[in-house]
Amino acid sequence: MALRKRKYMADDEVIVLDHVSKSYTQNVPALSDVSLRIKRGEFVFIVGDSGSGKSTLIKLLLKELNPSEGNLYVMNYHLNRLPHSRVPKFRRNIGVVFQDFRLLKDRNVYENVAFAQRIVQVPSKNIRKNVPRILAIVGLAGKYKARPGQLSGGEQQRVAIARALVNNPTILLADEPTGNLDPKNTNEIMHLLEEINEAGTTVIMVTHNKEIVNAMRKRVITLRRGVIVRDEEEGVYIDED
Amino acid sequence: MRISTLFYTLWQGIKNIFRNKWFSLASIATISACLFLLGIFYSILANFQNIIKTAEEGVCVVVFFDEGITDKRIEEIGDMIRKRPEVSKINFVSDDEAWEEFSKEHLGEYADGFTENPLEGSSNYEIYLNDITMQSALVTYIESVDGVREVRRSEITARTLGGVNKLVGLVSLGIIGILLAVSVFLISNTVTIGISVRKEEISIMKYIGATDFFVRGPFVIEGLLIGLIGAAIPLGIIQILYNKALDFLSLRFEVLSSLLNFLSVDVIYETLVPLSLAIGAGIGFFGSYITVRKHLRV
Repeated sequence: MALRKRKYMADDEVIVLDHVSKSYTQNVPALSDVSLRIKRGEFVFIVGDSGSGKSTLIKLLLKELNPSEGNLYVMNYHLNRLPHSRVPKFRRNIGVVFQDFRLLKDRNVYENVAFAQRIVQVPSKNIRKNVPRILAIVGLAGKYKARPGQLSGGEQQRVAIARALVNNPTILLADEPTGNLDPKNTNEIMHLLEEINEAGTTVIMVTHNKEIVNAMRKRVITLRRGVIVRDEEEGVYIDED
Repeated sequence: MRISTLFYTLWQGIKNIFRNKWFSLASIATISACLFLLGIFYSILANFQNIIKTAEEGVCVVVFFDEGITDKRIEEIGDMIRKRPEVSKINFVSDDEAWEEFSKEHLGEYADGFTENPLEGSSNYEIYLNDITMQSALVTYIESVDGVREVRRSEITARTLGGVNKLVGLVSLGIIGILLAVSVFLISNTVTIGISVRKEEISIMKYIGATDFFVRGPFVIEGLLIGLIGAAIPLGIIQILYNKALDFLSLRFEVLSSLLNFLSVDVIYETLVPLSLAIGAGIGFFGSYITVRKHLRV
């Protein structure tokens, strides 16, 4: 449900959580009274141990779950009140990248990326222009005919990023995008995400990787047992143990 | 919806059949097996009902008139009977025709010894019914008509044929119902397994922003095509088997085929083709539609 922007969000904000809680069972909240604001064009790391509420937060932002309490606004959509029929249109503003890539294994690189454009009903003529352009940006122009099984982990994640970006989303949600990659590929993917962010896309990345968080010096939100314990500009990854 | 999206959905539905060829083959085989059984049973049933119907059509009620009745009154009685809905055919047999038929059948050349018609006053109506179970009601009616002396009928034949017809109808309804229920169960299980394997694909589509319609489209097209192919295969097999069975019966059991009137495959297919295609397409369509729905709440 679209909102009048001024009332809930500042002009430069794309995500607002207002005292959001989420409980799967009555006594154990996965997120508890979380409030945060993320501006357009920010690069934000969300860190925390397993069970800290990172995945729940991502699911809430994708409207895969509804908050138990509080209000959640993304891109002028009040997600608490967004009906199921309007979820697809909302999600087209968000690109998603997963740790396990989630590519369609029976389709080649080109088809995996074109798939995202077909879903939003981009005319075929435009798809033929957009897909090679985005594959060139992620450095896979020469491998458009390859199937996911013929690519390395880093290359598969690039395809997933290309698929997430091809519809020009305002926000890119990356859930442990380097979790399955070696250090070399991790650096390349982080470099790519930084370039995407510099081009204007808001990047929200969930990670366990201390080295990359500390090296990039971006905003770091630390969750622990469903509560934000630290939110720092140019932050670092601090182990809670 | 864009035309290109429509073609994309159709094309993806067709491609899905080949992408998941083992699932497609399993589904087609399940549907084919169920509809094959249904087709065989229907063919036997249709022939059985046809034999009963032919036997029913041969059973008639004979109406004799009072002595000295006028031709005009006989015609009036004929008109009254003809108007009854259960009557399919009515023949008038005059005294002379009755004698001619009797003498030909039973007397042969000895009939020449008769100078007068011994069956004088035996003119009658032969009445054939379209529903043998209505015989009693018709007889009661005719007996009350003025000018009617006697009504002859075969109560046992009518009752037996009516009873058999009813029993066959009930048994076939039961068996067709069971076959359909088994088909729906087997096919929906196959579709469920096939779609569960691809729930990741559905979740990816949903995360990217696909509408329920877009996600469901290719699966439904796929289900529809699998259902139609699954229905067409047994129709082809039954046609060959049915014709072979008719040839076999007419060659090996000549007496049987002269007594019983078997239906041609064309007559059987007038009902079986639309029935099988509708069941195949319906199960494929609704099976996919309902099963995909479970995975759309992402």
